[in-house]
Amino acid sequence: MNFKLKIWRQKNSKDKGRFVDYTIENVADDTSFLEMLDILNEKLIANNEDPVAFDHDCREGICGTCSLHINGRPHGPKPKVTACQLFMRTFRDGEQITIEPWRAKSFPVIRDLITDRGAFERIIQAGGFISASTGSAPDGNAIPIPKADAEWAMDAAACIGCGACVAACKNASAMLFVSAKVAHLGKLPQGKVEAKKRVLNMIAQMDKEGFGSCTNTYACEAECPKGISVANIAYLNREFLKAGLS
Amino acid sequence: MALDSKIPSGPIEKKWYNHKFNLKLVNPSNRRKYHIIVVGTGLAGGAAAATLGEMGYNVTAFCYQDSARRAHSIAAQGGINAAKNYRNDGDSVYRLFYDTVKGGDYRAREANVYRLAELSNNIIDQCVAQGVPFAREYGGYLDNRSFGGAQVSRTFYARGQTGQQLLLGAYSSLSRQVAEGTVTVHGRHEMLDVVIIDGKSRGVIVRDMVTGEIKSFAADAVVLATGGYGNVYYLSTNAKGCNTTAIWRAHKKGAFFGNPCFVQIHPTCIPVSGEHQSKLTLMSESLRNDGRVWVPVKKGDTRKPKDIPEAERDYYLERRYPSFGNLVPRDVASRAAKQVCDEGRGVGTSKMAVYLDFADAIKRQGKARIEEKYGNLFDMYQEITDENPYELPMRIYPAIHYTMGGLWVDYNLMTTIPGLFAGGEANFSDHGANRLGASALMQGLADGYFVLPSTVSGYLGSTELKKVTTDAPEFKVAEKEVKDRITKLLSVKGKYSVDHYHKKLGKIMWDYVGMSRNEAGLKSAITEIRALREDFWKNVRVLGEGEELNQSLEKAGRVADFLELGELLASDALNRRESCGGHFREESQTEDNEAKRDDENYSYVSAWEYKGDGVEPELHKEELTFEHCKPSQRSYK
Repeated sequence: MNFKLKIWRQKNSKDKGRFVDYTIENVADDTSFLEMLDILNEKLIANNEDPVAFDHDCREGICGTCSLHINGRPHGPKPKVTACQLFMRTFRDGEQITIEPWRAKSFPVIRDLITDRGAFERIIQAGGFISASTGSAPDGNAIPIPKADAEWAMDAAACIGCGACVAACKNASAMLFVSAKVAHLGKLPQGKVEAKKRVLNMIAQMDKEGFGSCTNTYACEAECPKGISVANIAYLNREFLKAGLS
Repeated sequence: MALDSKIPSGPIEKKWYNHKFNLKLVNPSNRRKYHIIVVGTGLAGGAAAATLGEMGYNVTAFCYQDSARRAHSIAAQGGINAAKNYRNDGDSVYRLFYDTVKGGDYRAREANVYRLAELSNNIIDQCVAQGVPFAREYGGYLDNRSFGGAQVSRTFYARGQTGQQLLLGAYSSLSRQVAEGTVTVHGRHEMLDVVIIDGKSRGVIVRDMVTGEIKSFAADAVVLATGGYGNVYYLSTNAKGCNTTAIWRAHKKGAFFGNPCFVQIHPTCIPVSGEHQSKLTLMSESLRNDGRVWVPVKKGDTRKPKDIPEAERDYYLERRYPSFGNLVPRDVASRAAKQVCDEGRGVGTSKMAVYLDFADAIKRQGKARIEEKYGNLFDMYQEITDENPYELPMRIYPAIHYTMGGLWVDYNLMTTIPGLFAGGEANFSDHGANRLGASALMQGLADGYFVLPSTVSGYLGSTELKKVTTDAPEFKVAEKEVKDRITKLLSVKGKYSVDHYHKKLGKIMWDYVGMSRNEAGLKSAITEIRALREDFWKNVRVLGEGEELNQSLEKAGRVADFLELGELLASDALNRRESCGGHFREESQTEDNEAKRDDENYSYVSAWEYKGDGVEPELHKEELTFEHCKPSQRSYK
């Protein structure tokens, strides 16, 4: 397969950045999207040109490192997969593919397609945990947890922290990310003790980081590679209101 | 230098208990005066940094990823073992201990493994308290499954994402300590050297991967939890960034390397599809609980799987190992797959694959139940291969997955350099020659939450440490070495990319130091690796500069280290003229091609000492003694 690529190149955080056109030929259809970029980079290196910098690590859809905006969509056109699990057979032969970094004020570009997602770190540090120091735990079966609650918690906990929700949102809101953590911990009895403090602190940090507000367009859920539900946002709003009232 | 494993005396059930009592303590109010560096933030590193922070130490953690949450522990699918015996099926600490020593083919230390089994229960409790959403039954209690050949159901799991959930648990504890101010985490920082002052490990040199700045950090103790070195084979189930640099640099500074040739080749991975392939994807071993492994009886059978009648299928694991069937340990299953493919009975276009068939399980349990158990794995398989595993059998083939070898450590997880500790996959300690399924997560967390916090404290409490700053000449020398090496890599300006060399190295390793090894092959591997290494330093092309984000430069440094480690791995495999666990020497097999161990000559841990570039490393032997698990030839028949 052959493709025309339009890739965002930006030397560093101070550079203005621009799109650069490339062509790539004879790509096997079972090549992954990141492997296609590997092939391009090998070609660039052979021509003494700087390879394209992009974030990636596990290449099996779980680490949340890869973060490519492909043809205007986070992680590309295929629902519920990360860019590393996207294969070239998804595209038409000869298609032009535009590749950009996440676009959000809170995720500044470091180089080319790599952004700084440190804002997510600070949100978790603000309250995305249960204060259970090592050694203090009772037996794992001491507190039974209804299966439905455990399943909801697991659904929310499946978030990989990639930031696609922010990149998809016209307001660059981080509500899906934050709500997934609030719901994961809040649904479990162990997490209820700190629920109020958690939701208030995480929301405060989210606002401080400059993420936009949620206007319920559900673009985040549509683009989330792990299918995190917007029902978590409803849960978060309820928790937030409750915390404010009590 | 004589190896001292520092195994405590006394009965095995009391060793850890007594040892903890004998370890010196550090007064809570004094702990903040000690600075501990933790490199790597996976299960072992993340848990250790968080716990040391909770205890009140001043901790600095580094990871090459942008966030501690992305360490490759996250990719572990199947589960974590613990001897809870919640199923009342005869499990116990002793049985988990026994299974692990046996599974490791009697090449692990009994005392370490017993401690691991003992701590396994505390891990589950700790993780539940942190909010890890383990699978539960309708009564609200924790669910278990049998995994990877265990005859009891002792594996706890969170769907097919157990590693992710455990890591996020450790990460949340770590984040809490960052907020408390006890831990500082530096993401996008790569450790490039360890600094030794007065014979003790007193700090590290790191490169800020965004600015390229080389920085020094001084400390009272350093913990390396930087994972395994499977990427020396280029293709593996490891993340692309996984590398040996931290432990290799430590090795070159004096830390012995234990059992480098013990590499685990996982039987159920998606087969290689072409030249462009950059990594291999594991399909959880739990699939073998319900899937049946087979190949056609006839060589070169090109019929579609559904057109091959039952009588012309060879369920070779069930045939050869009737009592364990499809659940034989990983090393046995991998080797059997290689044998049938070598016989010309492999399937798929490459003929280097076998079927893992769920048709019977779907017929017996219904599609819904199979979907509930393995849904995400089936989806992943379909995503990658474009085939529907509910209708067609999966095609699988073994791939490099885990390295049992690593830095040699004593019972305290301290390397041969005082003050330098190694935890998780980075050390050699608990899995012998083969790791059992669902035991990596257990070991990472046992080391991180429980062992290292006690033993690092014990070291600090009993060692006189003079004040050291990064102005010390040792830091300046190490910084210069690191900078010179980067300059050297950038100034070669040769013809070939780093990946070119990495792929070539991987091929040598896979062909000669893979699932089946022999003397001639290993000798060729050593010769070829040396030639490749020489060529690398003459002809590698690394573009760009040192003082910027430069992914080619990052890779170049790692591959340069793999080119050295690869040779040690092959040398260790050459030295060990026996078959044990994942290490299969063709010269040492039984009449029916099973691995044959040689306890008389090789019941030891190989600990290699670096003697200088171009100089043969020196082999030290830690003899293994077995008081509880009497070595027997493993049989899964």
